[in-house]
Amino acid sequence: MGALFPNVDWPEIGLASLDTLSMLGGSLLFTVILGLPLGVLLFLASPRQLLEQRALYGTLSLVVNILRSVPFVILLILMIPVTVLITGTSLGVAGAIPPLVVGATPFFARLVETALREVDRGIIEAIQAMGASTRQIVFHALLPEALPGILAAITVTAITLVSYTAMSGLIGGGGLGDLAVRYGYQRYQPDVMLITVALLLVLVQVLQTAGDWLVLRFSRK
Amino acid sequence: MPAEHRHGAETALNTRPAPGRDPALFRPLRCLWGTRLRHPFTLRVPTGKLAPRTHPVRSEQPIRFPHVIDFHQVHKAYHVNGQAIAALQPCDLHIARGEVFGIIGHSGAGKSTLLRLINRLEAASGGRIVVDGEDVTALDADGLRSFRRRVGMIFQHFNLLASKTVADNVALPLKLAGELDASQIDQRVAALLARVGLTDQARKYPAQLSGGQKQRVGIARALATEPKILLCDEATSALDPQTTASVLALLAQLNRELDLTVVLITHEMDVIRRVCDRVAVMDAGVIVEQGAVADVFLHPQHITTRRFVQEAEQVDEDAQRDDFAHVPGRILRLTFRGASTYAPLLGSVARETGADFSILAGRIDHIKDSPYGQLTLALTGGNTDAAIARFASADVHLEVMR
Ligand SMILES: Nc1ncnc2c1ncn2[C@@H]1O[C@H](COP(=O)(O)OP(=O)(O)OP(=O)(O)O)[C@@H](O)[C@H]1O
Ligand SMILES: [Mg+2]
Repeated sequence: MGALFPNVDWPEIGLASLDTLSMLGGSLLFTVILGLPLGVLLFLASPRQLLEQRALYGTLSLVVNILRSVPFVILLILMIPVTVLITGTSLGVAGAIPPLVVGATPFFARLVETALREVDRGIIEAIQAMGASTRQIVFHALLPEALPGILAAITVTAITLVSYTAMSGLIGGGGLGDLAVRYGYQRYQPDVMLITVALLLVLVQVLQTAGDWLVLRFSRK
Repeated sequence: MPAEHRHGAETALNTRPAPGRDPALFRPLRCLWGTRLRHPFTLRVPTGKLAPRTHPVRSEQPIRFPHVIDFHQVHKAYHVNGQAIAALQPCDLHIARGEVFGIIGHSGAGKSTLLRLINRLEAASGGRIVVDGEDVTALDADGLRSFRRRVGMIFQHFNLLASKTVADNVALPLKLAGELDASQIDQRVAALLARVGLTDQARKYPAQLSGGQKQRVGIARALATEPKILLCDEATSALDPQTTASVLALLAQLNRELDLTVVLITHEMDVIRRVCDRVAVMDAGVIVEQGAVADVFLHPQHITTRRFVQEAEQVDEDAQRDDFAHVPGRILRLTFRGASTYAPLLGSVARETGADFSILAGRIDHIKDSPYGQLTLALTGGNTDAAIARFASADVHLEVMR
């Protein structure tokens, strides 16, 4: 082991992995908390949907598109003052989470909107004919029916977040990406780079498998 | 105003009570079916005991049942890219409590639009819609929600929630209403599933059911809040003939047992013939004809109606006219309805007048619960005029075609 990976400091790899996992968990949690309502709102406000609101939809849509068109690396730098304001630091796990959430939320909201669009109009009509309010339609029909799609969206978002966490290593975000940048890139230690990439690959693989299983578990079609 | 439309508006008020609903008439017919004989010429039934029955076409009888659905000059236009597209021309429609009312028309005729106006899934562009004493067009959001609980609806593609079990689908309207507690909901759901024959399927998901079973779930769900009106948008169009028959039988049974008013849309005349009491025929956003099913079915006036009837009977009128051109003598069409269907009329007329007849075309079947027969005859020899006079005075509808 020591001969194959001369520069690898295993305890540090372990700590960095934990950092990556907590960044992923924290940012995914906030992304879902913020992105799910935003996605529902986008869907409801969009043309020919339940609460058709052209102005609202146009504004939300524009904000989402702007955030999505900014490359994540730029977003990381732009977000530094805001991050310091929220968490008190722009470094480490805490400093990484706000930009991750801001980067992933618009993406996730769009995926949620798409998943909701997949719900058969006839089902919405049927529940309307039962005398459901918009709120009831969302909670009793739209979200349950779109659950597999939303789980798939969470999976895709989680995987995107994994690569974002690695990128946040660039500005001292901590975690495996940080290791890869500091040792693998700046000190040219390819073995560290290899290990971190392998660990990220395993993480992506695990997330995808778990996501696929959940989607299948909740699909009734 | 186009002539067709005027016709629709006039006939709107000529409501007849449902045929086969009059118990006095109903009982003797029951015994007749018991014989299981389908052909009127071989059947000798003592029809003398039956009250002579006349059946004025497009009868002017006053309305006996209170209306549960009233349309007054209702129209509807959709706005697409700033342009108004008329889907429903101003129409009057009156549907009586407890009847099965059919709406038939080709694709795009405006049937769904008309039906969806009833529970305001679609808002009218003008006119007044009164359903169950409620002015639907004037309801506010809360009023509309509680109103919709009193009107059930089923759909061509069932529209069940794939994520919920059969039982949960049926329970959904009750949960939304929030008036019953969990155990009361369970009880109601169990009773509904028993009624539609799906007790064993309660824990399954819709994807695990056949089309007929899905529609039964749809019916149970529509009835959960105990509505008095059931709207059916092509409820059997996605089903095979046998399943269609069983779903129609279920609807007819619910109509009888729950005194449920059923409004059903279809593009098959056969569906109308089997379950409906009255029918409206739609063409390009206009109700072109409406009345009791037997009247409309046996004596269709409008070209659209005729086509539907021909389709159902698999008769090609043009081909028939060509065929009959080579037949000598007079050509008559006799329509027997109710008890007279089984009266031995032809034999006695032939004996009395010496006229010979050959049957060119004929059909004998049921409209809802009452039997009918329609025969096209060629009369030759003997006293044909006397024979025609004799038919004219008999308890049948006579049409001299040549
Ligand atoms: N939401 C809508 N927006 C615009 N036009 C519509 C809309 N719904 C229906 N139409 C138009 O209104 C007319 C009547 O449609 P409707 O759905 O009532 O017909 P239908 O008789 O139910 O036909 P089908 O048998 O195909 O269901 C059609 O020309 C249709 O294109
Ligand atoms: Mg339709």
